[in-house]
Amino acid sequence: MQEVLRLMNKLIFGRYIPGDSLIHRLDPRAKLLASFYFIGIIFLANNWQSYLFLAAFTMVAVLASKINLSFFLKGIRPLIWLIIFTVALQMLFTRGGTLYWSWGVFSLSSYGIQNGLFIFCRFVLIIFMSTLLTLTTPPLSMSDAIESLLNPLKRFHFPVHEIALMLSIALRFVPTLMDETEKIMNAQRARGVDFNDGSLVQKVKAIVPLLIPLFVSSFNRAEDLATAMEARGYRGGEGRSKYRKLQWMNRDTIVLLIFVIVTIVLFFLRS
Amino acid sequence: MDIRFEKVNYVYQPNTPFEQRALYDIDLDIKQGSYTALVGHTGSGKSTLLQHLNALLKPTEGQVIIGDRKITPTTDNKNLKPVRKKVGIVFQFPEAQLFEETVAKDIAFGPKNFGVKEEAALILAKENLQMVGLDESYLERSPFELSGGQMRRVAIAGVLAMEPEVLVLDEPTAGLDPMGRKEMMEMFLRLHREKKITIVLVTHLMDDVTNFADYVYVLEKGQVVKHGTPQNVFDDVEWLKEKQLGVPQASAFAEKMQSRGAKFTELPLTENELADWIVKHAGGPATNE
Repeated sequence: MQEVLRLMNKLIFGRYIPGDSLIHRLDPRAKLLASFYFIGIIFLANNWQSYLFLAAFTMVAVLASKINLSFFLKGIRPLIWLIIFTVALQMLFTRGGTLYWSWGVFSLSSYGIQNGLFIFCRFVLIIFMSTLLTLTTPPLSMSDAIESLLNPLKRFHFPVHEIALMLSIALRFVPTLMDETEKIMNAQRARGVDFNDGSLVQKVKAIVPLLIPLFVSSFNRAEDLATAMEARGYRGGEGRSKYRKLQWMNRDTIVLLIFVIVTIVLFFLRS
Repeated sequence: MDIRFEKVNYVYQPNTPFEQRALYDIDLDIKQGSYTALVGHTGSGKSTLLQHLNALLKPTEGQVIIGDRKITPTTDNKNLKPVRKKVGIVFQFPEAQLFEETVAKDIAFGPKNFGVKEEAALILAKENLQMVGLDESYLERSPFELSGGQMRRVAIAGVLAMEPEVLVLDEPTAGLDPMGRKEMMEMFLRLHREKKITIVLVTHLMDDVTNFADYVYVLEKGQVVKHGTPQNVFDDVEWLKEKQLGVPQASAFAEKMQSRGAKFTELPLTENELADWIVKHAGGPATNE
């Protein structure tokens, strides 16, 4: 357990949380499609009923993942200022309906308040859904899913295999590089570098002893990895078989159908 | 300068679902002028502990007393530079910390951060480069065109140039060839003897512990499970095996001799002790007394 925790500590990329819920077992392609689709249909909602319906739907999905709600709330935290800023902008600059207060170009009207709250809902729902996607899907499955979904583009000479390979290698090295960054940072701090103190110029200068070793070690790592891959017979994407096969099950089709139903209901609810 | 740990606890990412405890009630005493070894498995908390030695980490509970500074959970992150100047840490694979255009500049980087003037820092660079066994011709070369072993030396020189009172070494010889290892360990011993630098050595090599250290702390799962002089810690070979720590080669060999009938009052810890015993029991004069 400690080992798992230590690993998870370092995975900032979406922080996958292992589990065995219905959502965890879904095909990553279905989840990826559904999440993008959800972001699309969220713009269909334009009144209270439709937003409530979408919120309820999102909550059911979140509960089905059996993941603590606090993780989702944490997903919002880094974006909170962006949300507040956008909502405030909408509220202060939209006119229409009953006017409660105005001062110069600023005004507070019933339309503005409504618009602001709708945008708030949109933000929160989108963040919840995308957090749900990353929390329940291991990064590697995600890159498998992207490769599989991009496959049709091969016809147009789009380098699908190369992109997928780069993506999975990049994902694999995120925690390693995080580790490395922390190590070098500590080593330089021990040599008297202050990463948090001083003026902006000093702070930027303090990054040099961190960035250069990181770049150098990435180059070395890339060279070693390329050599190791060639030594193991890697010759590019042609004619390779796959170890991790994605399997599309009935439940994945059902999930996509549910999204279609949600869309239809939304069309009835919107005004 | 003494370093003392009093009931130090450390928790990574406290109050989150990822909370993880690394150190439990550590009491530790590093006396001025001592050569202390820290041993333990990977994941036993050695690295966490050593980052407390110069306040890179602050205890979650308890306190660390470094010379005249007291580091507690509430200590401000500012003004820790004097502490870091006195306690130099050579991290594992320190060659990863090189970044300047020339070897000289890289070695001078540490001293300059602590307020040493450019010219004085470059003189320090020259001196310390010689100390680690590289000649002046290396001063103007780029650190990235050196071999791995030479890069390691330059990185160590960079820490030595800060003229620390306490030198913390985290597996300083990992990945070096036998010759390089020996030279490196002898250099540290020389520094310890001639410049009276306090040394804290983190290692997996029990032979290094018995050859050099005068005090040992054994860590397991974030706790100190045994401490004392190497004689005290290593007299129980069974215990070492049970904890899956290595047994010094000389002790292992002596144990084999014992099973064939040789009688030791105390198992020898180093090759010299073992050789002395053999010579004595073969009837010759002891050599290393």
